Formats: sequence, C-alpha cells, structure tokens
Amino acid sequence: MNREGGGTSTIETPATASSEGAGVAIRDLEHAYGELRTIERLTLATPAHGVIGLVGPSGCGKSTLLELVCGLREPSAGSVEVGGDATAVGRLRRCAYMPQRDLLLPWYSALDNAALALRNQGERKARARSRATELFERFGLAGFEQAAPAELSGGMRQRVAFLRTLLAGKPVLALDEPFASLDAITRAEMQEWLAEALRADPRTVVLVSHDVEEALYLSDRVAVLSARPARIVAELRAPAPRAPDRDAAVTDPEFVAVREEAMRALREGSR
Amino acid sequence: MRRRLLPPMLLVGLVAAWQVAASTGAIANALSLEDFLVPAPSEIASSLWDSRSLLAENGWVTLREILLGIAIALVAGIGFAIVMYRWVAIRDATYPLIIASQTIPIVVIAPILTVWLGYGIAPKLVIITLICFFPITVSALAGLSSADPDTTKLMRTLDASRWQIFRRVEAPGALPSTFTGTKIAVVLAPIGAVFGEWAGSTSGLGHLILIDNAQLEVARQFAAVVVLSAFALVLIGLIALVERRVVTWR
Repeated sequence: MNREGGGTSTIETPATASSEGAGVAIRDLEHAYGELRTIERLTLATPAHGVIGLVGPSGCGKSTLLELVCGLREPSAGSVEVGGDATAVGRLRRCAYMPQRDLLLPWYSALDNAALALRNQGERKARARSRATELFERFGLAGFEQAAPAELSGGMRQRVAFLRTLLAGKPVLALDEPFASLDAITRAEMQEWLAEALRADPRTVVLVSHDVEEALYLSDRVAVLSARPARIVAELRAPAPRAPDRDAAVTDPEFVAVREEAMRALREGSR
Repeated sequence: MRRRLLPPMLLVGLVAAWQVAASTGAIANALSLEDFLVPAPSEIASSLWDSRSLLAENGWVTLREILLGIAIALVAGIGFAIVMYRWVAIRDATYPLIIASQTIPIVVIAPILTVWLGYGIAPKLVIITLICFFPITVSALAGLSSADPDTTKLMRTLDASRWQIFRRVEAPGALPSTFTGTKIAVVLAPIGAVFGEWAGSTSGLGHLILIDNAQLEVARQFAAVVVLSAFALVLIGLIALVERRVVTWR
C-alpha cells in the first residue's frame, strides 16, 4: 500500500477480494416483471478476470440481467452466482455497477465522486482523496480533481465514473453501455483506455453494449441475446481481446468475420 | 444590466407619481377625502423617522414572531418531509390531509387560537408555522423524491448504507427545491404575524396598524407597512445569499 510514484503496472485497489477475483456463473436464469417475461433460461459463465460481453436489441433485458448479477434484483427461477455466492447480499458485495449515464453527483468534485465508494466503506476523507488522486494521475485526469462534473467533457465524465467503479475495489465490474452517450471518436478512445485499464488491473467484467464492435474488442467472449424475453442466440470468441492497437485489431479480417457473424445472429434474434 | 436597473427605475417613477398626485390633493379630491387621509410618500418618510422608536419597538416584536415562526416551520416542515419520504404509509395517510388543511383560511383560525393561547407570542407562532409549514414541507418532499432511482442503485453497489444514500444523494438533491419553498414561506410569514396580531395582541406592527387605523394615523400605517415589506425583502435576500453559498452546483 506504500507504493510511490508512477511507472507501476498495477493500480492499487482496496484490499477486498478484487485481487483474488471472482467468476460469474448464471444457470437457467429466468426473470419476469409480473406477466412480462424478460429473461428466459439463460446460462452463461465467465471465470475470474474474464470479460464477457452481452449484445442484444434495445429493451431485450440486458440492464435487468446486470442488475441480477449485481444483486439488485432476484431471479424468478434459476441462479446467479458471483464468486460462488448466490445470495443477493453476496453478489452486491462483490459487484460494482457502472450505469449507462455517468450519474456523477453535481455537488461533489470529480475527485470526491470517484472516491464515493471509499467514503461509503468508512475511509477517512483525506485518505480516500489521496487514493483517488493516484488514479487520476494514472488515468489522464490529473489537474481535474477539483473540477465540478459539469465542467468535464463527456469522455472525462465517463472516466471519472469508471474510476468510481474501480475504486469500489470489487472483483466484478458490471458495465451497462458505458460509452453509449459518447461520440464515435471519443468512444473509440475510451475503449482503448478501458482495455488498458483492464490490462493493468484485471477484473471480471460483465459488459453490456449495443455496439457489436465495442463488445468484441473489449470482451473475451460475446453472447448475442435475442429480443425479449432474452435468450442466448450465439456465443462468440473474440479474436483479439483488448489488443493495444485497437484500430488494427478491429480491421483485422478475422475480427471483421466474427463481427459479421455476430451481426447476423443479432438480426436473427431480433425477429 | 437592464434587468437590474428597470425595477428600481419603475419604483422611483411610481413613488414620484404618487408624490405629485397626493401633494396636489388630486387623489383626496377624487375620493372626496380630507387631505391628511392620503399621505404623500414624503409624509410617510417623515412618519418613519418621527416614529422610529415606536416602529422599532413594535417591529422587533413582529420580527421576533416571524423569525421564530419560520425557524419552527423549517424544522417541522423538513422533518415531516423526511418522515413522509422515508415511510410511504405515513405519506399516503397524511399528504391529502395536509393539502386539504390549506383550504382553511388562517384568518378564521387566528381568533380561536387567541382564545386558546392568549395574547402572547404563542398564537402568532402557531399561525406563522401553519402558513409556512406547507410550502416548506411540499418543496422538501418534492426535492427528496427527485432523487434518481438509478443513482440509488449505483450507491448500493458502492456499499452505501441507507443513511449514506440520504446524506450524500437525497439530502443535497433536495436543497434547491427546499430553498424555493423557504423563500415562499418567508414572504408569507409577515402576513401570518399581522393576522395573529389583529386577532389579539398588545404590541407588534400589526397591532400598531390597527390602533393607527382607529386614530386615522394613515401616514404611520403606511410606515408600518414599509417596515413589514422591508422585513420580507431582507429575509428573502438573506436566504438567496445562503442558497448561493450552499447550492454551488446550479
């Protein structure tokens, strides 16, 4: 915990289970809001430090699936295990959620927003801030510690939101279309940035996206979901997960072929 | 710049017109009244100065009622808003009654309260609190309810307790709307104080206005009104100042 200066290849994270990691195992999962069935017999698993991407048509229940993983909801049938624990409390303890919108609190500085989880966990203000400051420097946000969220660009806001998720120190990150609100160029930059962040500090990630390319670039495997009620139409292995050179990776013929396959599955599942 | 200059310019123009109309006796003639019953602004100003100790003495009585009444209404209003927000059953049971209670004219309640509580400060505080409670409670509750459910979920995965969610998300989010409600309450408070004093009192600006009315001291009545509006304006200004220091994100 006393590492000084830059040049280190890993990021300090709270001493919870994040370093050991935790896998996610979803078995025969079903979920319904009353009569409305949202998820149908879904089975999916990822080992610790694996990244699983979920793509599917809008409104197919991807966000609901993430909330189930995080322990914010209970399944109607089947089970969701995170780190071997199927209870909602256990899942909540192991998962950090990054919602579609950054949801930064306007009354806190960028730094205090990033340090929210540390403060909630009982860390003293000065200590929480100094730990968040390290990540600000590491992730290109130096100088913006005291900025109000409204003063940051869209990409910076997403970065602060991601650091907030990272600093929670959870082994599993549930990312709900993290870059959906950004323009195409910023989104590509942020994907590269996230890939680097995950190389430096591997976590188990469940990534929801409506962008097939984004999911295939960031994930080890991508599950294509059907329209509601969601079931898995295809499961594809990504050719070059989180490759340092994103542009080269996504234009590689093999990547393009897998992307087309995913698009085909997506179209079929949307019917 | 124009928005800052126009209101005072309009005010000066209106006062000047009043001054001319009153000092030439035009208003009094039109209403077939004695001249002294229609004081010009200059006469009100000199009454303000001549009766300064009397106005200060009674003004302090009324100001104390206003400040204490607002303080009680703030504590009770915000407290009750939190209770209603936290326990939906209490909200469902009481909210319609609170709204219905606003249809009872306070003027009618004031004499009853004087019968029950006497001529002292107590009935005035009750009246001011009754008037101010409503805008404060409703705005605080609206502010608390404006918390984004997604933010609450997010906070739960960031290990926040119920109390931490309240302290870090719901309470700050409720501040802007609570300030708006408080400003409305502050304008209403002097009206409540005057009603309370009219129903029965031995001092205060409302009491002074009543006495002066009986003695046809119209200039001093106006002077008391000026002092009352000044109270409301200064209080609104103070609250706006506090709001700007507290709600820095708007």
